[in-house]
Amino acid sequence: MKRVVITGAGTINALGKNVAETLAAMREGRCGIGPLDIRDIDRLSVQIGGQVRDYDELAWFNRQQVALYDRFTQFTLLAAREAIAQSGLHFEDELSTRSGVVLGTAGGGVNTWDENYRSVYEEGKNRVHPFVVPKLMNNAAASHVSMEYNLKGPAFTVATACASSNHAMGLAFQMIRSGMCSVILTGGSEAMLCFGGIKAWEGLRVMSRDACRPFSANRNGMVQGEGAATFVFEDYDHARARGAEILAEVTGFAMTSDAADIVMPSAQGAERAITGALTDARMNPEDVGYINAHGTGTAANDKTECAAVAKAFGPHADRLMISSTKSMHGHLIGGTGAVELLACIMALRDGVIAPTIGYEEPDPECALDVVPNVAREAKVTAVLSNAFAFGGLNAVLALRAI
Amino acid sequence: MNVQDKVIAIIAEQAVLEPSDVKLEHSLDDLGIDSLGLVESIFAIEEAFDVSVPFNANDPTAGGFDISSVAAIIAAVEGLVREKEAVGG
Repeated sequence: MKRVVITGAGTINALGKNVAETLAAMREGRCGIGPLDIRDIDRLSVQIGGQVRDYDELAWFNRQQVALYDRFTQFTLLAAREAIAQSGLHFEDELSTRSGVVLGTAGGGVNTWDENYRSVYEEGKNRVHPFVVPKLMNNAAASHVSMEYNLKGPAFTVATACASSNHAMGLAFQMIRSGMCSVILTGGSEAMLCFGGIKAWEGLRVMSRDACRPFSANRNGMVQGEGAATFVFEDYDHARARGAEILAEVTGFAMTSDAADIVMPSAQGAERAITGALTDARMNPEDVGYINAHGTGTAANDKTECAAVAKAFGPHADRLMISSTKSMHGHLIGGTGAVELLACIMALRDGVIAPTIGYEEPDPECALDVVPNVAREAKVTAVLSNAFAFGGLNAVLALRAI
Repeated sequence: MNVQDKVIAIIAEQAVLEPSDVKLEHSLDDLGIDSLGLVESIFAIEEAFDVSVPFNANDPTAGGFDISSVAAIIAAVEGLVREKEAVGG
């Protein structure tokens, strides 16, 4: 089996327009959540989110591209540009056919759906732009990345709600480990902060109107975010042979299904995914110094996740650190695991553990070291990243320092 | 149909019971209504009475909308309807 390493990272999200800005914000415990600037905000009861601000699409893309690229595709392309530039890779000949794209998104081109429904239902128009379908399809971002960088191997999109990115990155890992591919551009993207995208979430009554406070006793729900993060996953021997800088090694992945409830999470399902990732990575529980939590800030997730971690790690659960960066960038739904992997890389490379901000009151049902409010310096050599989706789908990645 | 009968009809439909089987002292748990069923019932109440129910599933007691029994829910809905009429009138 091949070893798999990360040789490039890129992002755009509420905390920053690249990796350096995002990690600086996480280090400072800065909050990217604020009042939303979207159409018809007065008809929403939830009016905050982790929005990418001061974003001018025409500063990055020309008019023809904007006609084809939904916001989630634009975010993906910007993140991919940064990641591939860092990797130093150029995809030609055999490398091109041995390289692919595996991305996660839950909603795909939600803004495109929203705008065009408005125009036919609200404004009564009978004609839409010819590119509506290629713009909104969930695989649009993966396809545009493949075209832009000449990636001719496997390319597809995974949609498993809030676990989409982790499932995508887990599959990318397995495809390189098995020898199927040499390089995969992976990660995920979401751009759901529009009237319809928020109205749908409001209906479920799990959203906070003021802040995302994971693990805090006074938490009152999740806050949506938007953006993308992508990574270059590469065969270790391939990366070594070309002298690439290696950010971290991906060592394990596991996915499980609760097979129980469409919205309520199960501690057993989460625990099986965590334990499975450790086994797959051949790591002992004591090796893990940090977990990037799913930590949505809902009553249901946070206590279930803490119970799962406590069960999976036994006494070591009290010695490891676990934080939720959603408190800063919001919940990017299908893109969330990708942005959160940046916090894992920061822990392994820089020895800085991103905090859980907005933490105000201990909750006995979440009695773990959640790195409250302030980032911490600590040397960790192995980490996990959790993602647990509606539908009871759990996906956990394991990484090691290299 | 008065508020009480309408609320009972909504709860009975959610519980897949006859309205006559829903008693005022029942809790939603007694009727087999889970958290998703509760959120759906609240949506149906909002639609039926054109009111906005202050309810956050993360902290069901926070909004002051008492869901501890069928009687409590009816009283809370009557309160919201009165408020709406006061504003409207």
